[in-house]
Amino acid sequence: MEIYILLGFVLILSIYLGLELISKVPSTLHTPLMSGANAISGIALVGALVLGSDTQLQQALAFLAVMFASINVFGGYLVTNRMLKMFKKK
Amino acid sequence: MSFFENISSIQNIIYIFSSILFISGIKMLGKEDTAVRGNFLSALAMFIAVSVTFINVINPILVLVGIGIGAIIGSLIALKVKMTSIPEMVALFNGFGGLATFFIAWSEFNSIPSNNFQYLLVMITTYIGGVTFSGSVIAYGKLSETLKVEKSSIVTKLFTTFFYISIIYLLYSIFITKIFSPGFDFYTILLILTLLGGVGFVIPIGGGDMPVVISLLNSFSGIAAAFAGLLLLNNVLIVAGSLVGASGLILTIIMAKAMNRSIGNILFVGYASSASASKSEETGEVKPINVSDAYLILENASSVLVIPGYGMAVAQAQHVVRELGELLEANGTEVRYGIHPVAGRMPGHMNVLLAEANVPYDVLVEPEDVNPSMDTVDVAVVIGANDVVNPSATEEPGSPIYGMPIIEVHNARTVFVLKRSMSSGFAGVQNPLFFKENTRMLFGDAKESIGGLVTEFKE
Repeated sequence: MEIYILLGFVLILSIYLGLELISKVPSTLHTPLMSGANAISGIALVGALVLGSDTQLQQALAFLAVMFASINVFGGYLVTNRMLKMFKKK
Repeated sequence: MSFFENISSIQNIIYIFSSILFISGIKMLGKEDTAVRGNFLSALAMFIAVSVTFINVINPILVLVGIGIGAIIGSLIALKVKMTSIPEMVALFNGFGGLATFFIAWSEFNSIPSNNFQYLLVMITTYIGGVTFSGSVIAYGKLSETLKVEKSSIVTKLFTTFFYISIIYLLYSIFITKIFSPGFDFYTILLILTLLGGVGFVIPIGGGDMPVVISLLNSFSGIAAAFAGLLLLNNVLIVAGSLVGASGLILTIIMAKAMNRSIGNILFVGYASSASASKSEETGEVKPINVSDAYLILENASSVLVIPGYGMAVAQAQHVVRELGELLEANGTEVRYGIHPVAGRMPGHMNVLLAEANVPYDVLVEPEDVNPSMDTVDVAVVIGANDVVNPSATEEPGSPIYGMPIIEVHNARTVFVLKRSMSSGFAGVQNPLFFKENTRMLFGDAKESIGGLVTEFKE
C-alpha cells in the first residue's frame, strides 16, 4: 500500500504541475498543444512493453497495445510537428 | 542487489530524466517561439522512456513488429492527412492511445490483481481507456461527417442509456464483484458496456460543442495512461499521463468559458433544451450586397477585420482569404483576423487553417483584444461564422447564448456577412446581426465570393 501512496503523490503533483505550466496558452497553439499532448498520452506504449505474457490472450493484448500506442506516438508527434512548422511570424 | 533489481533502479532513474524532458517539453509547447523544440523534447523523452523499457522486454521481436506496424500506420496517416482533416485525425490518434490502455488493463485483469486497490485500478483504467477509445471513434465519425445521428433519434437515446448503465455497472464491478464473486464472466460484460458507454457519451453532443468534447477526450486519454501507471507501478506513465490530463482539462475549461456554459451543460444538456427561452423572432430586412459593391467599400477601408468560422473550413476558403488579405495590405489597408476560441470544430481550428494558408500568426487577434477598438474597424468580414458574432449574446438576456463572449462586429462601421443562406447557426438562435443597419449580406459560397473580390482587386 505504501507504494500507492507514494505514486498517488506523484500523480497529484504532476497534475498540479501540468495545470500551472499550461494555464496560459495563446489560442494559436490550442491545436498543437492538444495534438502534442495527445502524442504524449502514447506513453501507454511503455506500459504495454511491461505486460505479462503467460497466456495467449495476454500476448495478443500486449501486441495490440504496443501497436495502437505506437500509432498514437508516431502519428501524434509527426502531425504536431507538421502543424507547428506552418505557424509563421510576419 | 541482484542483476534485475539493478536494471529496475537504472530504469527508474532514467524515467525521472525522461519525466523532466516531458515537463520541459510541454511547457515549451505552450509558447510560439519554443513550440517546435518543445515537441521535439517530448518526442525525445518518449524515445528514452521506451528504449530503456525495451531492455528487459520478454518478447523483443514481437514488440518490434508491433512498434514497426504502428510506426508505419501512424506516420502514413500523419504525413498524408490534409490540414482540413486535422480535427478528426487528432480524435482518432487519441482513441488509439485510449485503446492501448484499455488493452493494458484487460491484460492486467488476467494477471489476477493481487490486492483490492489494484483490482479497483484495473476496473477504472479499463473504463476510462475504453470510453476514450469508443468516444474518440464517434468523435472521428462526427467530425469527418461520415456519421450523422440526430440528437433526438432513438439510436442516440439507446446509446445514452448504455452510457448510464455502463457507469452503474462499473460501480458494481468495483465494489461488489470482489466481495460476492459473480457466477458469470462479469469482466467481459464490463468490457462491452464500456465501449457502448463511450459511444453513448459522445453521440448526443453536437457539432459546435465538438471543441469541448475533443479536449475532454484528450484529457481522458492522459488520465487513463496515468491510472495504467499506478496499476503497473510505473512513474513515467503517471507523470506523462497527468500532464496530458491537465492540459486537456485546461483546454476544456477554456472552451467552456468561451461559450459561457458549464462543462456539464455542454455534455449532458446541449442547446436544444435551453433554446425554448428564445423569444425574439427578428424579422427585419436584410440588405444584400453584390461583389462589386463590396469591393468598392473594401478598397476604401483602412482597417479590415476578418472573422472566420466553421463555414470557411467547409468552403475551403482559407487560401483565397489569405490572397484577399495580401491584396488589401498592398492597397494600404490594415488586415487582422479575429479568432474566437470556439470557432470551428476543435480548439484552435481557425488558427491551423490560416497557418496552412500562410497567414502569419501575429495578425490573429483574440476577442478581448479587438473588441475595445471595434469602432475603428471600417469593415468586419464575417466568413461562415455565426454564433460567435451574434449580438444577442450581449444584448438579449433571454437568449440561450446570452453571456457568451463574442467578437462584437456589430460595433464596426460596416459588417459583411458571407453566408450561403439565412439559416441559423449551431445554437439554433436567430442572429440579429444580419438585420442591423450597418450589415450587408454577401450570399453565396464563401470561396466564390472572396474569389470574386480577389479578381476585382486584380483588375
